[in-house]
Amino acid sequence: MNKISLSSVFSQLLLLFFVIIWLTPTFGLFISSLRDKDLLANSGWWTSLMTTQVNEIYRSEGIKAQIPENDQFLIKGNIFEDESNKKIISYGVTSKNINEFDIQQIGIFKDGTKIQLSEDGSYILTSSNEFKKKGKRIFVTVISPPKFTLNNYKEVLFNEGLGQAFINTLAVAIPSAIIPLIICSFFAYALTWMNFFGRDTLLALVIASLVVPLQMSLIPLLSIYNDIGAIIGVGAKSYPGVWMAHTGFGLASTTFLLRNFLKSLPKEMMEAAKVDGASHYDTFLRIILPLSIPAFASIFILQFLWCWNDLLVGLVFLDQVPSEIILSAKLRELLGSRGENWEILTTGAFISMTIPLLIFFSLQKYFIRGLVAGSVKG
Amino acid sequence: MLDIYPLLYVCLGILFFLFYFHFSNFFLDKIDSNKEKIKFQNLNLRAFIFIAPALIVFLIFILYPVLETLRLSFYDKYGRDFVGLNNYLWAFRDPELRRGLLNNLGWLVVVPTLSTAFGLIIANLADKIWWGTIAKSIIFMPMAISFVGAGVIWKFIYDYRGPGDEQIGLLNAIIVSFGYEPQAWITIPIWNNLFLMAIMIWIQTGLALVIFSAALRGIPKETLEAARIDGASELKTFTAIIIPYLGPTILVIWTIITIVVLKIFDIVLAMTNGQWQTEVLANLMFDWMFRGGGDSGRGSVLALFIMIGVIPIMALNIYKHKQEQKI
Repeated sequence: MNKISLSSVFSQLLLLFFVIIWLTPTFGLFISSLRDKDLLANSGWWTSLMTTQVNEIYRSEGIKAQIPENDQFLIKGNIFEDESNKKIISYGVTSKNINEFDIQQIGIFKDGTKIQLSEDGSYILTSSNEFKKKGKRIFVTVISPPKFTLNNYKEVLFNEGLGQAFINTLAVAIPSAIIPLIICSFFAYALTWMNFFGRDTLLALVIASLVVPLQMSLIPLLSIYNDIGAIIGVGAKSYPGVWMAHTGFGLASTTFLLRNFLKSLPKEMMEAAKVDGASHYDTFLRIILPLSIPAFASIFILQFLWCWNDLLVGLVFLDQVPSEIILSAKLRELLGSRGENWEILTTGAFISMTIPLLIFFSLQKYFIRGLVAGSVKG
Repeated sequence: MLDIYPLLYVCLGILFFLFYFHFSNFFLDKIDSNKEKIKFQNLNLRAFIFIAPALIVFLIFILYPVLETLRLSFYDKYGRDFVGLNNYLWAFRDPELRRGLLNNLGWLVVVPTLSTAFGLIIANLADKIWWGTIAKSIIFMPMAISFVGAGVIWKFIYDYRGPGDEQIGLLNAIIVSFGYEPQAWITIPIWNNLFLMAIMIWIQTGLALVIFSAALRGIPKETLEAARIDGASELKTFTAIIIPYLGPTILVIWTIITIVVLKIFDIVLAMTNGQWQTEVLANLMFDWMFRGGGDSGRGSVLALFIMIGVIPIMALNIYKHKQEQKI
């Protein structure tokens, strides 16, 4: 009994170890995208999860803020200008001894000025002489709780052009997933249920083309696009161009998967429909389509994510301009030009991951089925 | 502000194909119902309507490019003059390409092996533990992310600051806390390849894991029970029963990941662009497509190299897939 529980504890620890290693990178990225950019550049993201103790220097207000009272002069104020969750634990009045006073104690400057400082940063300075123009330096040790902001997202989405890239990526990925589904479902239907000249040869050819990596198509296609662009006088790179490229690269695998699915449907159903006088188009719409929804969903998700995450096709068949650039290409560009601006990179990467993660968590069943089936995608 | 014009485009693109299929079939239906006897002859026309778009796409986007790439590999950089085997001779002499081939080979050995091994181990662990499903979800999650996104995530982990500064990259922070010097990981030749491969392993382990957990459920409970009653240890059960049983699955996963790795491009482009001796074939090909105005001859040879690598493995994969379909 003891032995079993020991090995179970060991398994749990080992699995936990794997989970932590797998989760940490993404988690770190997410946390970083929510941090202030100056903090992000100067400290590890893990430090932002704990309350941290830091030493800071502030300056009180000067003569302008002084109020005469009795024989003395007073300045009231708060060293933290904005609302902050910082808490002071100790402070000092010279750089030599920055922890001289506890927060309850009253501090005394070299010139005799007294200071009463509270945890929240508000202070009262009292002096028998007039204050100088410049305020007094106060050295504080503060505890600041984790603090997160959405500023990076605002910056990246609207000023760095990631927002437009997001829309562009949708404009690439949605048709690139739907068009192959439409044309391949008819294609697969014809290959499975219709008899026409050369059917078996065509099927063999399509399956054989699964081995062709898309790199084989890039150079000739690019020159076709250039020729067409030159003839009709438009740019060679455009959305319809990239849709058709994705359709081409997804054609063989989509047809292959759909045909495997259609073949598994009972033959009697088709024959019954034929006897009833339904045309192939009716059969397709009324019988095949409703039955195929789950298969369509998996294939759609597979192809959509593939196009969403793709970099190569987007780089080759689209211009790298704001109105056409896709997220992955934009991120790659930022890696080169803003390599040290981690607030932009981490936030940008997280934005590019939102849709895939959303699909992943909401449609996990179809997602997994699609990806596993997608092993045949070239 | 944001320009949503591209999204309107989307609807037009999709509607075009829907209209095509609907109206062409609709008219054919009309003709059919008028003249009962021609119905049979119209079958070929109907089939043509069904297959035409896919066929056209197939011819333009796959068949023609393959033949054209083959042709271009024997032509000069503009695809005009026949140069015989010059491009191939260049390929065998080019040191950059040799490095790319060697690196690709390294990727092929390390990534599929480790991803498959991790996937197998984690699938086994997760199978027995109550929170295993959540663990599997987490480990599978990187599969959803783009390679470039994963590149950013890991570049952040490998980030390097000078020895005096505070490290914001996790790996260097750990190294420094143990008292070692921080390293600029992705610029250390040869070893940096391993750091790039780690990203791919991180992504692909999830795929292996999911396929393995499905396969594990297929092992008869009685066999495992019997082994346990006979006093076999966990480790013994794993090596003597589970691994042999999963043999075919291991092969399938290995081939899938191998194909992905053969075409590895995004990670290298985003992380190093082939600098510091991390060049791989697909990245080199992309480079030659545009370098110096583009060299279609050399680019085509590189594309062919990738295809030659993919063919046997993909053929094996499809063969396996078809066999499973038969059963």
